[in-house]
Amino acid sequence: MKDHGPLHGIMAEFHSPDEVVEAAQRVHAAGYTKVDAYSPYPIEALTEALDLHKSHLPKIVLAGGIFGFLAGWGLEYWAAVIEYPMNIGGRPHFSWPAFIVPAYETTILFAAFGAVFGMLALNGLPQPYHPVFNVPGFALASRDRFFICIESRDPKFDPEGAKQFFASIGARAVSEVEH
Amino acid sequence: MASESIGGTHQAEADRLIAPGHDLGTITDRISEIVLRRKTPKGWWVGFAIAFCVMQLLLIAMGYLLFVGIGVWGPNVPVGWGFDIINFVWWIGIGHAGTLISAILLLLRQEWRTSINRFAEAMTLFAVACAAFYPIFHTGRPWVAIYWLLPYPNTMGLWPNFRSPLIWDVFAVTTYATVSALFWFVGLIPDLATLRDRATSKPWKVIYGIFAMGWRGSAKHWHNYETAYLLLAALATPLVVSVHTVVSFDFATGIVPGWHATIFPPYFVAGAIYAGFAMVLTLAIPLRKFYKLEDFITLKHLENMAKVMLATGLIVAYGYMCEAFFAWYSGVDYETYMIKNRMLGPYWWAYWLLILCNVVAPNLLWAKNLRTSVPFLFGISFVVSTGMWLERYVIIVTSLHRDFLPSSWGMYQGTVFDWAAFIGTLGLFVTLLFLFVRFLPAISIAEMRTLYVKEGEDRA
Repeated sequence: MKDHGPLHGIMAEFHSPDEVVEAAQRVHAAGYTKVDAYSPYPIEALTEALDLHKSHLPKIVLAGGIFGFLAGWGLEYWAAVIEYPMNIGGRPHFSWPAFIVPAYETTILFAAFGAVFGMLALNGLPQPYHPVFNVPGFALASRDRFFICIESRDPKFDPEGAKQFFASIGARAVSEVEH
Repeated sequence: MASESIGGTHQAEADRLIAPGHDLGTITDRISEIVLRRKTPKGWWVGFAIAFCVMQLLLIAMGYLLFVGIGVWGPNVPVGWGFDIINFVWWIGIGHAGTLISAILLLLRQEWRTSINRFAEAMTLFAVACAAFYPIFHTGRPWVAIYWLLPYPNTMGLWPNFRSPLIWDVFAVTTYATVSALFWFVGLIPDLATLRDRATSKPWKVIYGIFAMGWRGSAKHWHNYETAYLLLAALATPLVVSVHTVVSFDFATGIVPGWHATIFPPYFVAGAIYAGFAMVLTLAIPLRKFYKLEDFITLKHLENMAKVMLATGLIVAYGYMCEAFFAWYSGVDYETYMIKNRMLGPYWWAYWLLILCNVVAPNLLWAKNLRTSVPFLFGISFVVSTGMWLERYVIIVTSLHRDFLPSSWGMYQGTVFDWAAFIGTLGLFVTLLFLFVRFLPAISIAEMRTLYVKEGEDRA
């Protein structure tokens, strides 16, 4: 991994959702690309301001659903037709209408697995350590404070420049995020 | 807001989902404090101790069942299904309100669901756990039952019969339990992070930290998280409808008069929601009182739940009407006899008590002053729960006890071990709920923050 120096980035604190959304727009407009924002609840305008690409999660869920359907249907076909064919009330071994229900359930089951584990994987969770937690007061990001961090892997990153920039757009506090 | 024109500010107050005077910080503190305070309230210990003692009945009942055999329960020819299936269907049905609140009302953008979805989901999980006891233990020897319940490669080379609704049930219920648990856990992640950040003692910080998995509320995280939550809701919606449909297939695909009816799936699903909302009310009313959560679970929430109960109660009543109509209009002797026997036979008291609880009682909810009276709602929630238990009792026992030949007629009563198992699962359910409100936030903090901001915008 490339060494980004001693800093993860520069973090600015804001006190209201409007402040943080406006700041995020300014940060984006200033040309910073490796930026993340932290908020106690999801803010759609913040996602838009940071211009985050569309989530890939729906594709993962679709793949999970298709896999679940094929796995469920395949299991039923294999068990009832190939491995253990039984004459039950004279019905055909491949009694497909009866197979719909379990396959329907496995479709939902694996699509849900896709949604949960896909979300965790895309977010890189579980993650036992992250530098942003070193910032004093960051614990309030899960209460009523909002943060924006310009990361050191940003091509435009310059610690002093980022600090001044945050000060100019009305950050309540600015701090260095150490690794 | 449209309410301005009808009742002015008074009406607007009644419509509030969060009481005035709160902000993001106080919402967080108020809800997390219930979990994080050091001293456990005395009332909690008393309630927990009672529930824990009652739960021991389950241990005794199940232990004795395994020691002696399935004969300690009442079911016998011709009534081969008794308390075990009645209780199973009753518990599974109760679970449905949790998923309805968390998934369907989310998709329908019913914002009032926010303060009740978390504990309704917990209720779902615990109800499914209680339900699971019965089908597993009614096999008598669960350790040998596994090969005809679950498809796995065993040394006997046997596979389950996928044409049987009982296997559909296994798939539906296990999927339901798994997806409900995942949905609940995903909803908890941001709140676990809040608890991690706010816990003052090191061990709790570590424990909540482990389960929060490093959640840091990043915009990128929220972006994927919101997508996942919405998709899970969209998946849980068809799932919850399918679960009670499949449960009703256990009956409807049989040729027993009283079971073999096409109305069963929708009527079972409506009944499940009806019973489930009653249980949510039973739990919400003491919860908001003892933990002083009236600011978040307002009268509007209780009234909305009462309305859902009224609507689903009417669907259930329509189901009873259809059963009677089918029996008469079909002109089939067995069907006609079944309904006559249900109304006037030896179990007449169960049928008419059921009509009283599920058809007459919910109609009282048309009255606004009853719908907004907390003691009345608490009372009627018990009436509805009793009614829904009786419904399954009537469907199962009265349909089976008069077989096609009079020589095989019989009567059924639950034995003391049937009752012990039932009361024991009530103890298990309440015990789990007590543990839940002590260790996890009973109201979703992150969603309440969103709701708070939204309400502020709507007002502005």
